Amino acid sequence: MQLYSRRILTNRIGIALSMVAMAFGLAALMWILWTLFYNGFNALSWEFFTQDTPAPGSEGGGLRNAIVGSLMIIGVTTLVSTPIGILAGIYLAEFGATSKFAATTRFVTDIMLSAPSIVVGLFVYALMVATLGGFSGWAGSVALSLIAIPVVVRTTENMLLLVPTALREAAFAVGAPRWQVSLKVTLRAVKAGVVTGILLAIARVMGETAPLLFTALNNQFFSTDMSEPMGNLPVVIFQFAMSPYDNWVSLAWGGALLIALIVLAINIIARIMFRNKVSA
Amino acid sequence: MSTSQTTADGESILSIRDLNFYYGAFRGLTNVSMDIAKSRVTAFIGPSGCGKSTLLRTFNRMYDLYPGQRAEGQINFHGKNLLDKKQDVNLVRAKIGMVFQKPTPFPMTIYENIAFGVRLYEKLAKSEMDDRVEWALRKAAIWEETKNKLQQSGLSLSGGQQQRLCIARTIAVKPEIVLLDEPTSALDPISTAKIEELINELKNEYTIAIVTHNMQQAARISDFTAFMYLGELIEFGNTDKLFVKPTQKQTEDYITGRFG
Repeated sequence: MQLYSRRILTNRIGIALSMVAMAFGLAALMWILWTLFYNGFNALSWEFFTQDTPAPGSEGGGLRNAIVGSLMIIGVTTLVSTPIGILAGIYLAEFGATSKFAATTRFVTDIMLSAPSIVVGLFVYALMVATLGGFSGWAGSVALSLIAIPVVVRTTENMLLLVPTALREAAFAVGAPRWQVSLKVTLRAVKAGVVTGILLAIARVMGETAPLLFTALNNQFFSTDMSEPMGNLPVVIFQFAMSPYDNWVSLAWGGALLIALIVLAINIIARIMFRNKVSA
Repeated sequence: MSTSQTTADGESILSIRDLNFYYGAFRGLTNVSMDIAKSRVTAFIGPSGCGKSTLLRTFNRMYDLYPGQRAEGQINFHGKNLLDKKQDVNLVRAKIGMVFQKPTPFPMTIYENIAFGVRLYEKLAKSEMDDRVEWALRKAAIWEETKNKLQQSGLSLSGGQQQRLCIARTIAVKPEIVLLDEPTSALDPISTAKIEELINELKNEYTIAIVTHNMQQAARISDFTAFMYLGELIEFGNTDKLFVKPTQKQTEDYITGRFG
Protein backbone atom coordinates (compact mmCIF):
# COMPACT_ATOMS: atom_id res chain seq x y z
CA MET A 1 0.00 0.00 0.00
CA GLN A 2 2.80 2.34 0.86
CA LEU A 3 4.45 1.49 -2.45
CA TYR A 4 1.21 2.32 -4.23
CA SER A 5 0.74 5.72 -2.59
CA ARG A 6 4.35 6.55 -3.33
CA ARG A 7 3.77 5.72 -6.97
CA ILE A 8 0.75 8.04 -7.04
CA LEU A 9 2.83 10.79 -5.48
CA THR A 10 5.62 10.31 -8.04
CA ASN A 11 3.03 10.46 -10.77
CA ARG A 12 1.61 13.74 -9.44
CA ILE A 13 5.05 15.32 -9.16
CA GLY A 14 5.90 14.20 -12.67
CA ILE A 15 2.73 15.66 -14.11
CA ALA A 16 3.16 18.89 -12.16
CA LEU A 17 6.73 19.33 -13.42
CA SER A 18 5.74 18.76 -17.03
CA MET A 19 2.84 21.21 -16.66
CA VAL A 20 5.24 23.85 -15.37
CA ALA A 21 7.61 23.21 -18.26
CA MET A 22 4.77 23.48 -20.74
CA ALA A 23 3.44 26.67 -19.14
CA PHE A 24 6.93 28.16 -19.27
CA GLY A 25 7.35 27.41 -22.97
CA LEU A 26 3.85 28.48 -23.86
CA ALA A 27 4.12 31.70 -21.83
CA ALA A 28 7.25 32.75 -23.74
CA LEU A 29 5.51 32.10 -27.04
CA MET A 30 2.39 33.97 -25.96
CA TRP A 31 4.45 36.85 -24.73
CA ILE A 32 6.22 37.15 -28.09
CA LEU A 33 2.95 36.97 -30.00
CA TRP A 34 1.29 39.47 -27.68
CA THR A 35 4.17 41.93 -28.02
CA LEU A 36 4.11 41.57 -31.79
CA PHE A 37 0.37 42.20 -31.92
CA TYR A 38 0.51 45.05 -29.44
CA ASN A 39 3.25 46.91 -31.28
CA GLY A 40 2.66 45.78 -34.81
CA PHE A 41 -1.09 45.63 -35.27
CA ASN A 42 -1.55 49.39 -35.70
CA ALA A 43 1.13 49.45 -38.39
CA LEU A 44 -0.88 47.06 -40.58
CA SER A 45 -2.79 49.61 -42.65
CA TRP A 46 -3.63 50.07 -46.32
CA GLU A 47 -0.47 52.18 -46.71
CA PHE A 48 1.59 49.41 -45.10
CA PHE A 49 0.88 47.21 -48.12
CA THR A 50 0.74 49.89 -50.85
CA GLN A 51 3.58 52.29 -50.08
CA ASP A 52 7.31 51.68 -50.23
CA THR A 53 9.82 52.04 -47.42
CA PRO A 54 10.14 55.73 -46.52
CA ALA A 55 13.34 57.74 -46.81
CA PRO A 56 15.01 58.78 -43.55
CA GLY A 57 13.06 61.55 -41.93
CA SER A 58 9.98 61.40 -44.14
CA GLU A 59 6.58 60.54 -42.73
CA GLY A 60 4.42 57.44 -43.26
CA GLY A 61 5.41 54.84 -45.79
CA GLY A 62 4.89 51.10 -46.00
CA LEU A 63 6.68 47.87 -46.80
CA ARG A 64 5.34 47.14 -50.29
CA ASN A 65 8.81 46.78 -51.84
CA ALA A 66 9.97 44.51 -49.02
CA ILE A 67 6.85 42.33 -49.11
CA VAL A 68 7.01 41.89 -52.89
CA GLY A 69 10.78 41.30 -52.71
CA SER A 70 10.39 38.68 -50.01
CA LEU A 71 7.61 36.92 -51.90
CA MET A 72 9.69 36.83 -55.09
CA ILE A 73 12.87 35.63 -53.39
CA ILE A 74 10.97 32.94 -51.50
CA GLY A 75 8.96 32.02 -54.59
CA VAL A 76 12.15 31.35 -56.53
CA THR A 77 13.59 29.53 -53.49
CA THR A 78 10.55 27.23 -53.47
CA LEU A 79 10.79 26.59 -57.21
CA VAL A 80 14.47 25.70 -56.88
CA SER A 81 14.46 23.72 -53.66
CA THR A 82 11.28 21.67 -54.17
CA PRO A 83 12.40 19.60 -57.20
CA ILE A 84 15.99 19.28 -56.01
CA GLY A 85 14.93 18.37 -52.49
CA ILE A 86 12.30 15.84 -53.57
CA LEU A 87 14.54 14.16 -56.12
CA ALA A 88 17.41 13.94 -53.66
CA GLY A 89 15.03 12.55 -51.04
CA ILE A 90 13.81 9.91 -53.52
CA TYR A 91 17.39 9.01 -54.31
CA LEU A 92 18.26 8.55 -50.65
CA ALA A 93 15.17 6.51 -49.81
CA GLU A 94 14.67 4.43 -52.94
CA PHE A 95 17.99 4.11 -54.69
CA GLY A 96 20.76 4.74 -52.21
CA ALA A 97 19.97 2.34 -49.41
CA THR A 98 23.48 0.98 -49.27
CA SER A 99 25.73 3.14 -51.43
CA LYS A 100 28.59 5.19 -49.99
CA PHE A 101 27.51 8.18 -52.03
CA ALA A 102 24.06 8.14 -50.42
CA ALA A 103 25.53 7.82 -46.94
CA THR A 104 27.76 10.82 -47.65
CA THR A 105 24.85 12.83 -49.04
CA ARG A 106 22.79 12.02 -45.97
CA PHE A 107 25.61 13.10 -43.67
CA VAL A 108 26.21 16.39 -45.53
CA THR A 109 22.48 17.09 -45.53
CA ASP A 110 22.35 16.65 -41.78
CA ILE A 111 25.22 19.08 -41.35
CA MET A 112 23.51 21.56 -43.67
CA LEU A 113 20.36 21.30 -41.57
CA SER A 114 22.16 22.69 -38.56
CA ALA A 115 24.64 24.97 -40.34
CA PRO A 116 24.45 28.57 -39.06
CA SER A 117 22.58 30.56 -41.68
CA ILE A 118 25.17 33.35 -41.58
CA VAL A 119 27.72 30.87 -42.91
CA VAL A 120 25.41 30.10 -45.81
CA GLY A 121 25.07 33.84 -46.42
CA LEU A 122 28.82 34.36 -46.47
CA PHE A 123 29.30 31.35 -48.73
CA VAL A 124 26.86 32.68 -51.33
CA TYR A 125 28.44 36.14 -50.93
CA ALA A 126 31.82 34.70 -51.84
CA LEU A 127 30.34 32.50 -54.56
CA MET A 128 27.98 34.92 -56.31
CA VAL A 129 28.02 38.44 -54.96
CA ALA A 130 31.78 39.00 -54.94
CA THR A 131 32.32 37.31 -58.30
CA LEU A 132 29.26 38.37 -60.30
CA GLY A 133 29.49 42.02 -59.41
CA GLY A 134 26.93 42.76 -56.77
CA PHE A 135 24.07 41.95 -54.48
CA SER A 136 20.99 40.49 -56.12
CA GLY A 137 17.66 38.83 -55.48
CA TRP A 138 18.97 35.72 -57.26
CA ALA A 139 21.83 35.43 -54.76
CA GLY A 140 19.24 35.75 -51.98
CA SER A 141 17.23 32.88 -53.45
CA VAL A 142 20.33 30.72 -53.78
CA ALA A 143 21.23 31.32 -50.14
CA LEU A 144 17.73 30.52 -48.94
CA SER A 145 17.59 27.45 -51.19
CA LEU A 146 20.72 26.10 -49.54
CA ILE A 147 18.85 26.31 -46.24
CA ALA A 148 15.55 24.94 -47.57
CA ILE A 149 16.86 22.02 -49.63
CA PRO A 150 18.14 19.92 -46.69
CA VAL A 151 14.79 20.29 -44.94
CA VAL A 152 12.93 19.04 -48.04
CA VAL A 153 15.44 16.23 -48.63
CA ARG A 154 15.17 14.85 -45.14
CA THR A 155 11.39 15.09 -44.83
CA THR A 156 10.96 13.47 -48.27
CA GLU A 157 13.33 10.66 -47.36
CA ASN A 158 11.75 10.07 -43.96
CA MET A 159 8.27 10.07 -45.45
CA LEU A 160 9.25 7.60 -48.19
CA LEU A 161 10.78 5.28 -45.62
CA LEU A 162 7.36 5.12 -43.96
CA VAL A 163 5.84 3.56 -47.09
CA PRO A 164 5.04 -0.09 -46.31
CA THR A 165 7.36 -2.56 -48.03
CA ALA A 166 4.30 -4.39 -49.36
CA LEU A 167 3.17 -1.37 -51.37
CA ARG A 168 6.60 -0.89 -52.90
CA GLU A 169 6.85 -4.59 -53.75
CA ALA A 170 3.35 -4.56 -55.22
CA ALA A 171 4.36 -1.80 -57.62
CA PHE A 172 7.45 -3.73 -58.65
CA ALA A 173 5.32 -6.86 -59.01
CA VAL A 174 3.38 -5.45 -61.98
CA GLY A 175 6.70 -4.94 -63.75
CA ALA A 176 7.23 -1.24 -63.07
CA PRO A 177 10.78 0.10 -63.27
CA ARG A 178 12.18 1.70 -60.15
CA TRP A 179 11.71 5.32 -61.23
CA GLN A 180 8.02 4.73 -61.94
CA VAL A 181 7.57 2.96 -58.63
CA SER A 182 9.14 5.95 -56.87
CA LEU A 183 7.41 8.78 -58.69
CA LYS A 184 3.99 7.27 -59.32
CA VAL A 185 3.40 5.03 -56.33
CA THR A 186 5.54 5.63 -53.26
CA LEU A 187 5.89 9.40 -53.63
CA ARG A 188 2.17 9.66 -54.25
CA ALA A 189 1.48 7.61 -51.15
CA VAL A 190 3.23 10.21 -49.00
CA LYS A 191 2.25 13.30 -50.99
CA ALA A 192 0.78 15.10 -47.98
CA GLY A 193 3.87 14.50 -45.88
CA VAL A 194 6.18 15.77 -48.61
CA VAL A 195 4.08 18.90 -49.15
CA THR A 196 4.18 19.45 -45.40
CA GLY A 197 7.97 19.29 -45.55
CA ILE A 198 8.03 21.90 -48.31
CA LEU A 199 5.73 24.18 -46.32
CA LEU A 200 7.91 23.84 -43.24
CA ALA A 201 10.98 24.63 -45.32
CA ILE A 202 9.28 27.78 -46.59
CA ALA A 203 8.34 28.73 -43.04
CA ARG A 204 11.91 28.13 -42.00
CA VAL A 205 13.43 30.50 -44.61
CA MET A 206 10.67 33.11 -44.25
CA GLY A 207 12.39 34.82 -41.36
CA GLU A 208 16.03 34.18 -42.27
CA THR A 209 17.90 37.47 -42.11
CA ALA A 210 21.61 36.74 -42.14
CA PRO A 211 21.74 34.99 -45.54
CA LEU A 212 19.85 37.87 -47.18
CA LEU A 213 22.01 40.51 -45.56
CA PHE A 214 24.98 39.22 -47.56
CA THR A 215 23.13 38.44 -50.76
CA ALA A 216 19.93 40.31 -51.62
CA LEU A 217 20.96 43.17 -49.33
CA ASN A 218 18.10 45.66 -49.47
CA ASN A 219 16.51 48.16 -51.78
CA GLN A 220 14.49 51.11 -50.59
CA PHE A 221 12.72 51.34 -53.93
CA PHE A 222 10.18 49.05 -55.47
CA SER A 223 11.93 46.58 -57.77
CA THR A 224 11.03 43.29 -59.37
CA ASP A 225 14.43 42.86 -60.98
CA MET A 226 15.97 39.80 -59.36
CA SER A 227 19.44 40.69 -60.65
CA GLU A 228 19.49 43.88 -58.56
CA PRO A 229 19.57 44.30 -54.79
CA MET A 230 16.10 43.60 -53.53
CA GLY A 231 14.03 44.76 -50.60
CA ASN A 232 12.92 42.00 -48.25
CA LEU A 233 11.12 41.81 -44.93
CA PRO A 234 13.79 40.41 -42.61
CA VAL A 235 16.53 42.88 -43.60
CA VAL A 236 14.10 45.83 -43.53
CA ILE A 237 12.98 44.79 -40.05
CA PHE A 238 16.60 44.49 -38.99
CA GLN A 239 17.45 48.00 -40.26
CA PHE A 240 14.25 49.77 -39.24
CA ALA A 241 14.06 48.29 -35.76
CA MET A 242 17.42 49.81 -34.91
CA SER A 243 16.67 53.21 -36.45
CA PRO A 244 15.86 56.40 -34.50
CA TYR A 245 12.71 57.13 -36.54
CA ASP A 246 9.37 56.28 -34.91
CA ASN A 247 7.63 55.44 -38.19
CA TRP A 248 10.47 53.08 -39.15
CA VAL A 249 10.30 51.29 -35.83
CA SER A 250 6.55 50.95 -36.17
CA LEU A 251 6.94 49.52 -39.69
CA ALA A 252 9.51 47.04 -38.34
CA TRP A 253 6.95 45.81 -35.78
CA GLY A 254 4.36 45.54 -38.51
CA GLY A 255 6.76 43.55 -40.70
CA ALA A 256 7.66 41.24 -37.83
CA LEU A 257 3.98 40.62 -37.13
CA LEU A 258 3.35 39.95 -40.83
CA ILE A 259 6.12 37.33 -40.97
CA ALA A 260 4.87 35.72 -37.77
CA LEU A 261 1.33 35.53 -39.17
CA ILE A 262 2.53 34.03 -42.47
CA VAL A 263 4.64 31.43 -40.68
CA LEU A 264 1.72 30.65 -38.38
CA ALA A 265 -0.60 30.25 -41.36
CA ILE A 266 1.87 27.96 -43.14
CA ASN A 267 2.26 25.81 -40.06
CA ILE A 268 -1.49 25.51 -39.61
CA ILE A 269 -1.92 24.52 -43.26
CA ALA A 270 0.89 21.97 -42.89
CA ARG A 271 -0.77 20.50 -39.79
CA ILE A 272 -4.15 20.21 -41.46
CA MET A 273 -2.61 18.55 -44.51
CA PHE A 274 -0.67 16.11 -42.40
CA ARG A 275 -3.71 15.24 -40.32
CA ASN A 276 -5.67 14.45 -43.47
CA LYS A 277 -2.82 12.24 -44.62
CA VAL A 278 -2.83 10.27 -41.39
CA SER A 279 -6.58 9.74 -41.36
CA ALA A 280 -6.70 8.63 -45.01
CA MET B 1 15.90 -37.39 -53.40
CA SER B 2 12.62 -39.10 -53.99
CA THR B 3 10.74 -36.03 -52.91
CA SER B 4 11.63 -33.77 -55.82
CA GLN B 5 9.60 -35.59 -58.40
CA THR B 6 7.94 -33.63 -61.11
CA THR B 7 4.24 -33.52 -61.75
CA ALA B 8 3.09 -36.45 -63.73
CA ASP B 9 0.36 -35.06 -65.91
CA GLY B 10 -0.04 -31.78 -67.77
CA GLU B 11 2.39 -29.42 -69.37
CA SER B 12 4.95 -27.70 -67.16
CA ILE B 13 5.35 -23.92 -67.36
CA LEU B 14 8.03 -23.37 -64.74
CA SER B 15 10.63 -25.97 -64.07
CA ILE B 16 12.75 -25.45 -61.02
CA ARG B 17 16.03 -27.30 -60.76
CA ASP B 18 18.41 -27.43 -57.80
CA LEU B 19 17.30 -24.08 -56.48
CA ASN B 20 19.21 -22.77 -53.49
CA PHE B 21 18.42 -19.47 -51.87
CA TYR B 22 20.48 -17.41 -49.45
CA TYR B 23 19.65 -14.58 -47.09
CA GLY B 24 23.21 -13.44 -46.67
CA ALA B 25 24.91 -16.47 -45.16
CA PHE B 26 21.67 -18.17 -44.16
CA ARG B 27 20.40 -20.78 -46.57
CA GLY B 28 16.65 -20.30 -47.00
CA LEU B 29 16.05 -22.97 -49.65
CA THR B 30 17.95 -26.18 -50.22
CA ASN B 31 18.05 -28.03 -53.54
CA VAL B 32 14.46 -27.45 -54.54
CA SER B 33 13.43 -29.09 -57.81
CA MET B 34 9.88 -29.21 -59.06
CA ASP B 35 7.60 -28.37 -61.95
CA ILE B 36 4.68 -25.98 -61.90
CA ALA B 37 1.93 -27.29 -64.16
CA LYS B 38 0.40 -24.98 -66.70
CA SER B 39 -3.19 -23.84 -66.08
CA ARG B 40 -3.32 -25.57 -62.73
CA VAL B 41 -3.30 -24.40 -59.14
CA THR B 42 -0.22 -25.35 -57.17
CA ALA B 43 -0.36 -24.77 -53.44
CA PHE B 44 2.60 -24.44 -51.09
CA ILE B 45 2.05 -25.40 -47.49
CA GLY B 46 4.28 -25.76 -44.48
CA PRO B 47 4.97 -24.19 -41.10
CA SER B 48 6.09 -20.55 -40.77
CA GLY B 49 9.62 -20.01 -41.95
CA CYS B 50 9.72 -23.17 -44.07
CA GLY B 51 10.62 -21.21 -47.18
CA LYS B 52 7.34 -21.32 -49.10
CA SER B 53 7.12 -17.54 -49.50
CA THR B 54 10.82 -17.41 -50.25
CA LEU B 55 10.31 -19.91 -53.04
CA LEU B 56 7.39 -17.96 -54.46
CA ARG B 57 9.44 -14.78 -54.42
CA THR B 58 12.15 -16.35 -56.54
CA PHE B 59 9.64 -16.93 -59.35
CA ASN B 60 9.32 -13.20 -60.03
CA ARG B 61 12.77 -12.24 -58.75
CA MET B 62 11.19 -10.18 -55.97
CA TYR B 63 14.23 -10.91 -53.84
CA ASP B 64 16.28 -8.80 -56.28
CA LEU B 65 15.09 -5.70 -54.42
CA TYR B 66 17.15 -6.67 -51.44
CA PRO B 67 20.92 -6.71 -51.53
CA GLY B 68 22.25 -9.76 -49.73
CA GLN B 69 19.55 -12.08 -51.01
CA ARG B 70 20.49 -14.36 -53.88
CA ALA B 71 19.30 -17.48 -55.64
CA GLU B 72 21.32 -20.20 -57.36
CA GLY B 73 20.07 -22.90 -59.68
CA GLN B 74 17.51 -22.81 -62.43
CA ILE B 75 13.97 -21.66 -62.86
CA ASN B 76 13.17 -22.32 -66.49
CA PHE B 77 10.38 -20.37 -68.11
CA HIS B 78 9.92 -20.73 -71.88
CA GLY B 79 13.38 -22.17 -72.21
CA LYS B 80 15.14 -19.39 -70.34
CA ASN B 81 16.56 -19.39 -66.86
CA LEU B 82 14.79 -16.63 -64.91
CA LEU B 83 17.69 -16.42 -62.49
CA ASP B 84 20.04 -15.41 -65.30
CA LYS B 85 21.59 -12.03 -64.52
CA LYS B 86 20.84 -10.85 -68.05
CA GLN B 87 17.14 -11.54 -67.65
CA ASP B 88 15.08 -8.31 -67.59
CA VAL B 89 13.32 -8.53 -64.22
CA ASN B 90 10.57 -6.11 -65.14
CA LEU B 91 9.57 -8.27 -68.09
CA VAL B 92 9.58 -11.32 -65.83
CA ARG B 93 7.27 -9.55 -63.42
CA ALA B 94 4.91 -8.51 -66.19
CA LYS B 95 4.59 -12.18 -67.20
CA ILE B 96 4.55 -13.54 -63.65
CA GLY B 97 2.29 -11.37 -61.51
CA MET B 98 2.02 -11.38 -57.75
CA VAL B 99 -0.63 -10.67 -55.14
CA PHE B 100 0.43 -10.12 -51.56
CA GLN B 101 -0.82 -11.01 -48.13
CA LYS B 102 -2.04 -7.55 -47.28
CA PRO B 103 -4.14 -5.75 -49.89
CA THR B 104 -1.92 -3.09 -51.44
CA PRO B 105 -3.96 -0.78 -53.65
CA PHE B 106 -1.85 2.00 -55.14
CA PRO B 107 -2.66 5.50 -53.86
CA MET B 108 -4.68 6.39 -56.95
CA THR B 109 -8.15 5.87 -58.39
CA ILE B 110 -9.57 2.40 -58.95
CA TYR B 111 -9.29 2.96 -62.70
CA GLU B 112 -5.66 4.07 -62.44
CA ASN B 113 -4.83 1.12 -60.20
CA ILE B 114 -5.63 -1.14 -63.14
CA ALA B 115 -4.28 1.11 -65.88
CA PHE B 116 -0.91 1.70 -64.19
CA GLY B 117 0.47 -1.74 -64.96
CA VAL B 118 -1.11 -1.95 -68.41
CA ARG B 119 0.47 1.35 -69.50
CA LEU B 120 3.92 0.05 -68.68
CA TYR B 121 3.90 -2.40 -71.57
CA GLU B 122 1.07 -1.43 -73.88
CA LYS B 123 0.00 1.76 -75.59
CA LEU B 124 -3.77 1.68 -75.61
CA ALA B 125 -6.28 4.27 -76.79
CA LYS B 126 -8.64 5.61 -74.13
CA SER B 127 -11.51 3.36 -75.20
CA GLU B 128 -9.30 0.29 -75.35
CA MET B 129 -8.00 1.08 -71.88
CA ASP B 130 -11.58 1.50 -70.63
CA ASP B 131 -12.36 -1.93 -72.02
CA ARG B 132 -9.27 -3.46 -70.46
CA VAL B 133 -10.08 -1.99 -67.05
CA GLU B 134 -13.64 -3.32 -67.22
CA TRP B 135 -12.39 -6.71 -68.43
CA ALA B 136 -9.92 -7.02 -65.56
CA LEU B 137 -12.42 -5.89 -62.95
CA ARG B 138 -14.98 -8.36 -64.30
CA LYS B 139 -12.42 -11.17 -64.24
CA ALA B 140 -11.71 -10.39 -60.62
CA ALA B 141 -15.43 -10.34 -59.84
CA ILE B 142 -15.39 -6.79 -58.56
CA TRP B 143 -16.86 -4.91 -61.54
CA GLU B 144 -20.36 -4.67 -60.13
CA GLU B 145 -19.09 -3.14 -56.91
CA THR B 146 -16.80 -0.61 -58.57
CA LYS B 147 -18.33 0.33 -61.92
CA ASN B 148 -19.92 3.48 -60.53
CA LYS B 149 -16.87 4.66 -58.64
CA LEU B 150 -13.94 4.06 -60.92
CA GLN B 151 -12.66 7.55 -60.20
CA GLN B 152 -12.62 7.05 -56.45
CA SER B 153 -9.48 6.12 -54.56
CA GLY B 154 -8.64 2.43 -54.41
CA LEU B 155 -8.15 2.93 -50.69
CA SER B 156 -11.87 3.65 -50.27
CA LEU B 157 -12.73 -0.03 -50.82
CA SER B 158 -13.07 -2.64 -48.08
CA GLY B 159 -10.22 -5.06 -47.39
CA GLY B 160 -11.72 -7.91 -49.39
CA GLN B 161 -12.55 -5.60 -52.28
CA GLN B 162 -9.04 -4.16 -52.19
CA GLN B 163 -7.62 -7.66 -52.50
CA ARG B 164 -9.81 -8.40 -55.53
CA LEU B 165 -8.72 -5.04 -56.98
CA CYS B 166 -5.12 -6.20 -56.55
CA ILE B 167 -5.96 -9.44 -58.36
CA ALA B 168 -7.64 -7.44 -61.13
CA ARG B 169 -4.55 -5.24 -61.37
CA THR B 170 -2.36 -8.31 -61.73
CA ILE B 171 -4.56 -9.93 -64.36
CA ALA B 172 -4.88 -6.68 -66.35
CA VAL B 173 -1.24 -6.97 -67.40
CA LYS B 174 -2.14 -10.40 -68.90
CA PRO B 175 0.45 -12.47 -67.11
CA GLU B 176 0.88 -16.19 -67.68
CA ILE B 177 1.41 -17.03 -64.03
CA VAL B 178 -0.20 -15.47 -60.97
CA LEU B 179 1.62 -15.86 -57.67
CA LEU B 180 -0.54 -15.51 -54.56
CA ASP B 181 1.31 -15.06 -51.29
CA GLU B 182 -1.22 -15.87 -48.56
CA PRO B 183 -3.83 -13.75 -50.33
CA THR B 184 -6.62 -14.41 -47.84
CA SER B 185 -4.85 -14.46 -44.50
CA ALA B 186 -5.82 -10.83 -43.79
CA LEU B 187 -9.43 -11.29 -44.89
CA ASP B 188 -12.68 -12.37 -43.30
CA PRO B 189 -14.30 -15.74 -44.23
CA ILE B 190 -16.76 -14.26 -46.73
CA SER B 191 -14.08 -12.35 -48.59
CA THR B 192 -11.90 -15.46 -48.44
CA ALA B 193 -14.65 -17.54 -50.04
CA LYS B 194 -14.97 -14.97 -52.83
CA ILE B 195 -11.24 -15.03 -53.53
CA GLU B 196 -11.20 -18.84 -53.55
CA GLU B 197 -14.08 -18.87 -56.00
CA LEU B 198 -12.14 -16.43 -58.11
CA ILE B 199 -9.02 -18.60 -58.08
CA ASN B 200 -11.15 -21.48 -59.25
CA GLU B 201 -12.33 -19.50 -62.25
CA LEU B 202 -8.97 -18.03 -63.09
CA LYS B 203 -7.14 -21.32 -63.21
CA ASN B 204 -8.47 -22.15 -66.65
CA GLU B 205 -6.53 -19.29 -68.16
CA TYR B 206 -3.68 -18.72 -65.76
CA THR B 207 -1.23 -20.83 -63.94
CA ILE B 208 -1.61 -20.15 -60.24
CA ALA B 209 0.88 -20.71 -57.46
CA ILE B 210 -0.45 -20.00 -53.99
CA VAL B 211 1.22 -19.96 -50.62
CA THR B 212 -1.19 -20.62 -47.79
CA HIS B 213 -1.14 -21.28 -44.09
CA ASN B 214 -4.52 -22.84 -44.33
CA MET B 215 -4.40 -26.54 -45.23
CA GLN B 216 -8.13 -26.72 -45.89
CA GLN B 217 -7.71 -23.92 -48.36
CA ALA B 218 -4.93 -25.79 -50.15
CA ALA B 219 -7.10 -28.90 -50.23
CA ARG B 220 -10.11 -26.95 -51.56
CA ILE B 221 -8.53 -25.01 -54.36
CA SER B 222 -5.34 -26.66 -55.56
CA ASP B 223 -4.57 -29.40 -58.05
CA PHE B 224 -1.06 -29.96 -56.75
CA THR B 225 0.36 -29.37 -53.31
CA ALA B 226 3.94 -28.94 -52.21
CA PHE B 227 4.82 -29.45 -48.57
CA MET B 228 7.92 -27.63 -47.42
CA TYR B 229 9.86 -27.82 -44.22
CA LEU B 230 13.04 -26.05 -43.14
CA GLY B 231 13.80 -24.82 -46.64
CA GLU B 232 13.36 -28.18 -48.31
CA LEU B 233 10.65 -29.53 -50.50
CA ILE B 234 9.53 -32.59 -48.56
CA GLU B 235 6.70 -33.81 -50.70
CA PHE B 236 5.02 -32.70 -53.88
CA GLY B 237 2.18 -34.28 -55.76
CA ASN B 238 -1.52 -34.38 -56.51
CA THR B 239 -3.41 -32.56 -53.80
CA ASP B 240 -5.87 -35.42 -53.31
CA LYS B 241 -3.09 -37.92 -52.90
CA LEU B 242 -0.93 -35.77 -50.68
CA PHE B 243 -3.70 -35.08 -48.21
CA VAL B 244 -5.12 -38.60 -48.20
CA LYS B 245 -2.02 -40.71 -48.52
CA PRO B 246 1.17 -38.76 -47.90
CA THR B 247 4.32 -40.74 -48.53
CA GLN B 248 6.52 -38.82 -46.10
CA LYS B 249 6.23 -39.01 -42.34
CA GLN B 250 6.76 -35.25 -41.91
CA THR B 251 3.96 -34.46 -44.35
CA GLU B 252 1.61 -36.73 -42.48
CA ASP B 253 2.57 -35.21 -39.14
CA TYR B 254 1.96 -31.72 -40.49
CA ILE B 255 -1.37 -32.32 -42.20
CA THR B 256 -2.71 -34.26 -39.24
CA GLY B 257 -1.81 -31.35 -37.00
CA ARG B 258 0.92 -33.04 -35.03
CA PHE B 259 3.22 -30.06 -35.49
CA GLY B 260 3.43 -26.70 -37.29
